[in-house]
Amino acid sequence: MIYITELSKSYKGQKVLNIEELDIPKGQSFGLVGNNGAGKTTLFSLLLDLIRPTTGFVKSKDVKVNESESWKPYTSAFIDETFLIGYLTPEEYFYFIGELRNQNKADVDNLLADFEDFFNGEIIGVRKYLRDLSKGNQKKVGIVASLIGNPELIILDEPFANLDPTTQIRLKKILKELKMTKDVTVLISSHDLMHVTEVCERIVVLEKGNMVKDIQTSPETLKDLEAFFSGEIMV
Amino acid sequence: MLKQFIFLQWKSFVRSASFQTNLAMKIFMGFMALYFIGMFSLMGALSFKIIQDQLHQDPLRVVNKILFFYFTVDLMIRYMMQKMPVVNIKPLLYIPFSKNKIVTFSLGKTVFSFFNLIHFFFFIPFTIVLLGNGYPVWHVLAWFAMIICLIYSNNFINVFLNDVDAFFYSFLVIVIVCGVLMYLGYFDITKYTHHIFDAVYDQPLLVVIPIGFFALLYFAAFKYFKKNLYLDAGLSVKKQSVSTENLDWLNRFGSISTFLKNDIKLIKRNKRSRTSVIMSFIFLFYGLLFFTGAIEAYEGPVWRIFAGIFVTGGFLFTFGQFVPSWDSSYYPLMMSQNILYRDYLNSKWWLVVMATVISTLLASFYLYFGWEVYSAILVGAIYNIGVNSHIVLWGGAYIKTPIDLTSNKKAFGDKQAFNVKTMVLTLPKLVLPLLLYAIGHYTVGPVLGYILVAGAGVLGFAFKEKVFNLIEGIYKSEKYKTIAAYKQKN
Repeated sequence: MIYITELSKSYKGQKVLNIEELDIPKGQSFGLVGNNGAGKTTLFSLLLDLIRPTTGFVKSKDVKVNESESWKPYTSAFIDETFLIGYLTPEEYFYFIGELRNQNKADVDNLLADFEDFFNGEIIGVRKYLRDLSKGNQKKVGIVASLIGNPELIILDEPFANLDPTTQIRLKKILKELKMTKDVTVLISSHDLMHVTEVCERIVVLEKGNMVKDIQTSPETLKDLEAFFSGEIMV
Repeated sequence: MLKQFIFLQWKSFVRSASFQTNLAMKIFMGFMALYFIGMFSLMGALSFKIIQDQLHQDPLRVVNKILFFYFTVDLMIRYMMQKMPVVNIKPLLYIPFSKNKIVTFSLGKTVFSFFNLIHFFFFIPFTIVLLGNGYPVWHVLAWFAMIICLIYSNNFINVFLNDVDAFFYSFLVIVIVCGVLMYLGYFDITKYTHHIFDAVYDQPLLVVIPIGFFALLYFAAFKYFKKNLYLDAGLSVKKQSVSTENLDWLNRFGSISTFLKNDIKLIKRNKRSRTSVIMSFIFLFYGLLFFTGAIEAYEGPVWRIFAGIFVTGGFLFTFGQFVPSWDSSYYPLMMSQNILYRDYLNSKWWLVVMATVISTLLASFYLYFGWEVYSAILVGAIYNIGVNSHIVLWGGAYIKTPIDLTSNKKAFGDKQAFNVKTMVLTLPKLVLPLLLYAIGHYTVGPVLGYILVAGAGVLGFAFKEKVFNLIEGIYKSEKYKTIAAYKQKN
């Protein structure tokens, strides 16, 4: 699905990301962990062709993302609030995204009905613009919008941050369901080791722009990761 | 403490993205400022003599008559262009700065605003000339003090009325109504207002009234600021109850309707964009200056085209200019969604074209001045649709100033309602049609002039697809830079 070679990004000569090779097969739930500044958001921005790679390239289904735009129809993402349109109501925003992804209103309404729980009555019909919603509720809107139109590749940056505990648990449920569907590839990043180990089949650890671990999730993974990150403190 | 405030201010100025990327623009703006300063000083120095020679009246009394319009127009210009004082207030709230100091500094900063200082360049030379002509010193000084007080009163009125749209519209109506009534000779408001200004000159002691007025306003602005210095008051964004809109009737536009619907919501729901629509409405009346012969310099035949382009192109210049900055706050979304640049640009183009057509229809009242005048407007409209709409979209690719749509909602935040920089960029779009018209006009006659300008418009329209290919390419090559620039909010 995603194939990366020799990918690096430097700002003023300082490398912030350097990945020699990374292959993410179709249908995988892929988790990215790392401390602040490890390069998680940089990697996701490169995948979405929002920043230009210094060297190397990202291939999505065999096309380079910075050369063709054919990856856009099957890719969706929520990175931060710049993916929301502040002056729309949540409904209008969902329909807007729906139209971009060739979904009619009924399709979108159907999908939204599945997320009634997740929204917890704070999103639909609240008569507010997105810019007036709380951070957590904005995040809910962004995450659900990224599921509109049956995307094959979903990229979520820090989906758990800012969410209340109940919503975190509901989100985990949603992500686990996506893990089961074999034709949807999900990429998420998180600071919360427990969450990622629960919902991802494979976890990659970034440190100062380099891939330092690439593991298939197993019952021991959480301990491994905790040991790794606490080890960093002692060094 | 003052030192720290100034330090913060300086840093935020020097380190802002637009300062670093737009040095050439800053220099150009500097020249513009110098130009205005020069013009104002020159007017201040010479107007005494001009009024005396032309009108054979006491220049001071004549100026007093105009002052009413001078100050109301000043207030409107401030409403649209003057940025409000921002010292990033939020982070200062819980560290040991006293609230009074924060407010004092924020208000004090406005004292040095260009919109205040510019007036001095007119009134100081004018006052000196008055004194030189033997006007009694104390009387003139009292008058001058009154002027300063009123300029700064305007400044503070603007500070706390900037949020109230109704205020702006009522002023606009007052000025238009008074102006029209005066022009038609029914009612001359300046006949009454000039007594106020004359009184202070005649009785210098009355100067305490404007001083008191000013002090009162400062006090009120101060209290207003301080009272609102809470996260849930002035520093918060107002929330209103809103409803979801359909706009399904736009679906007939096919693939671009998605964007059109969005753009219409954008214009309706953000003060910043609404202001630009109002501006374009005001542009409609700009032609009156040319066709009524109000200003002698505009009498030349070439100026007709100039007027035609401005009358129909208001929306093009005030809104089109900022494409794609209107979408700056969610540009990464647009860039990663299933969106074709062409559809995106097309929808903006349609919006501009529709607005130009509407302006042309609204401008039909110019028929009153004759067919020739309205033809100039029609020709201007054709040129706007055919050529300028492309140039504007093209230029937009290089304008990387993010627009904060919500900023106007705050009681005090940065209110960049109107950007002078980009107004300046419109000038090149006017030179070419003027040239074309001049070529036609001075070789054969006005008809050929009109044909040449309209022909350029039709030609531009015919090559629309080609031009769009070009523009699309530029948007693509500028993509990364644009995303990076939009990330930095002022």
